[in-house]
Amino acid sequence: MTKHKSPFLWCLFAIGPPNLRAKTAHSRNPVKNEDPMKTLRSLTTAVLFGLIGLGAVTQPAQAELTIRFTDGEIEPMPFAAPDFIAETGGAEEYARNIARVVASDLAGTGLFREIGSEAYISGISSFDAPVAFNDWQAINAQALITGAVQASGDQILVKFRLFDVYSGQPLGDGLQFAGTPGSWRRMAHKVADAVYGRITGEGPYFDSRVVYVAESGPKNQRQKRLAVMDYDGANVSYLTDSSSIVLAPRFSPSGDRILFTSYSSGFPQIYLMDVASLNVRSLGEQPGTMTFAPRFSPDGNTVVFSLERGGNSDIYALDIGSGALSQLTNAPSIETAPSYSPDGSQIVFESDRSGTQQIYVMSAGGGEARRISAGKGRYGTPVWSPRGDMIAFTKQNEGRFHIGVMLTDGGEERLLSASFLDEGPTWAPNGRVIMFMRESAGASGQSTLMSVDISGRNLRAIPTEGAASDPAWSPLLP
Amino acid sequence: MTLFPKALLIVAAFGLAACNNPDRYGNGAGAGAGQNGAGGIDVNGLGDPSDPRSIAYFNQSIGDRVLFAVDQSTISPEGRGILAGQAQWLQTNADYAIIIEGHADEQGTREYNLALGARRAAAVQDFLISQGVAPTRMRTISYGKERPLEVCSDEACYSKNRRAVTVLSAGLGA
Repeated sequence: MTKHKSPFLWCLFAIGPPNLRAKTAHSRNPVKNEDPMKTLRSLTTAVLFGLIGLGAVTQPAQAELTIRFTDGEIEPMPFAAPDFIAETGGAEEYARNIARVVASDLAGTGLFREIGSEAYISGISSFDAPVAFNDWQAINAQALITGAVQASGDQILVKFRLFDVYSGQPLGDGLQFAGTPGSWRRMAHKVADAVYGRITGEGPYFDSRVVYVAESGPKNQRQKRLAVMDYDGANVSYLTDSSSIVLAPRFSPSGDRILFTSYSSGFPQIYLMDVASLNVRSLGEQPGTMTFAPRFSPDGNTVVFSLERGGNSDIYALDIGSGALSQLTNAPSIETAPSYSPDGSQIVFESDRSGTQQIYVMSAGGGEARRISAGKGRYGTPVWSPRGDMIAFTKQNEGRFHIGVMLTDGGEERLLSASFLDEGPTWAPNGRVIMFMRESAGASGQSTLMSVDISGRNLRAIPTEGAASDPAWSPLLP
Repeated sequence: MTLFPKALLIVAAFGLAACNNPDRYGNGAGAGAGQNGAGGIDVNGLGDPSDPRSIAYFNQSIGDRVLFAVDQSTISPEGRGILAGQAQWLQTNADYAIIIEGHADEQGTREYNLALGARRAAAVQDFLISQGVAPTRMRTISYGKERPLEVCSDEACYSKNRRAVTVLSAGLGA
C-alpha cells in the first residue's frame, strides 16, 4: 500500500517530432498531467531523443489502427510487445516485466491479441534504431510497442513508442515516465493506457486500484476484511483485519479515502478511512439506527447513505466537514443504494415503494423521484457511470441475477451477465468496463470478482488471493 | 466522533455490564476497523433447558425465532404465538436485555437485505412492545444475508434463513 500512496514521481513527455503525431493522439489527452510536463520538458526532449523514423513524413498515421468500442463485431487487434530494452545495468528485469504487464493489460481487454515472441522474425535491439516493419508485417502484427528502461538508484525511466506496422508510422509521440522502482507496474499501466487510448479513442483505466472485501471461511461464518489491489488483481494489501463484518467499500473521487460499513461497534455503521494512514472514524452515527450503503459525492465533501430507524430505511446526505445531516427521502419503503450523477446534481437509488425493488432518480437535494427501471423483474444497486451517460445495476429475474446497463432515463437496457448471483457493479474510470461480484450456489458457494465490457464482451474473472466481493473501482491514479 | 463512547452509552442504556458488542458473529479478535478495542463475544451460560428461567428454555421451549415469507416482514399467525410466549417469558424474567436480529436469505442484493433484515427485527420489536415488553430492554440489529443459518441454496434453507431471532443477554442491573 505504502508504495502506491507515496507520491509517484512519474512524469512523462513527448519523444520525437510533433509532426508525427496521429490524429488520435491529438484528439484526446491520454494522461491527465501530460500537458504541464510536456511544456516543461519539450525542449529537453527534442534534444535528448531526437527524431525517430523518417524525417520526411507528411501524412498522419493511418486511420486503420483503430478499434471502436461501439463496433458490433470486434476482431482482436494483433500486436507485438517485445521485451523493452534495458539501457542500463539493473534494468533488465523491469524491461521484461513491464512489457509483460503492458501486453497483459491490452490482451485483457479482449480488444487486442498478443503475438508471442516465438513468432518474431527480428527483435528490437535498440529503442532508437529504425524498425524493420516488414518483419512485423510478416507475422501479422498490426501494432508494435517498443520501449526502453533505465534504472539508476531509486528511479527508473520508462520510454515507449507505438507503431502502426502496416503504414510504418508511429502512432502518436513516444512518451517517457519516471518513477520509483516500486511503481514499475504503474508505469507499465500508464504505457498500456496510452496505447489503449490511442487505438480505441477511449479514456485510460489500467492505472487504477480496486477496493474490495476479501472473504474466507464457511458461508455461515464468513470472515471479511477490506483489501485493495491493482485493477488486475496484483499488489494486494489488507486494510482491516477480519474481526468484524465489513461491507461495500467505496473510494473517494480522489482515491484518498474509503467509505465502508462495519459491524465493529456491534451494529452496522458507516466509517471513513484515510487510505494513507488507515485511520478510521465513524460518520453520522446516531444511537438506535443502522447506517449503510455510503457513497461520496463527486466533490468528495458529502456522503450519501441509508439510515434505518425503527425498521425503515431512507436516504440521507451528510456534509463530512460540518457533520450536517439532511434527509433526502421520507417514505415507509426501503430506500437505499444511492449514487450521485458525476455532475453532482442528481442521485440514482433503489426503492421498493412500488412493491419490488426498482430504480429511481431524484434531485441531489431530495424531493420527487422518477422511476427509470421498466423491464421485468427487480432492479437494485444502481451506479451512475463516470461518463454520466449510463447507469449500471443488478437485476433479478426468474431466479437469475444479472449485471446490466441502461441509459439514465431507463432506455436501452442491456444485460451483460447472468448467473446464480451477480451483484454490485462498479465502473472503471473510463466508463467502458464494469467489475462486479459473482457468487456460486450451494453450501460451498464462494464469491469472485468479474469484469465485463459495457458491450457485454470480455466477461472474465479477476484473479484474487482468495474469495472476494463488493469491488469498487478507484479513479484513475494521478 | 469515535464510536467507543457511544457504544458505552448504549450499554449504559441497556444497563448491561458484561457486554458492549451484540455481534455474536464477530470472532472477538479485537479491533475491527481500528475501533471497539473492548469488543468480543458476550458469554452467557445457557443454563438447564428444564429450568424455565434459563436461556436454554427460552430458546428451545418458548422459541427464540420467527420466520418470514420472501421479501416480507409481516409476522405470521404462528410467529405471533411464539412472540406472545416470548413476551410473557420476558415479563416474568425481567432482568434480561434483548437483541433482536433480523436476517434475510441470499436471494437479494446486500443493501436491500440489510434493510429487509432491519424491517423484520423492527416488526418483532414492535410486537413485543405491544405485548408490554419495555422498549428500553430491546435493541435491533440487521445482518442482512451475512449470517445464514443454513447454507444450501434452496428454499429448504432460505425459509430458515429468513428469520428474526430474539437473543437474550446478561441480566439487567446485574
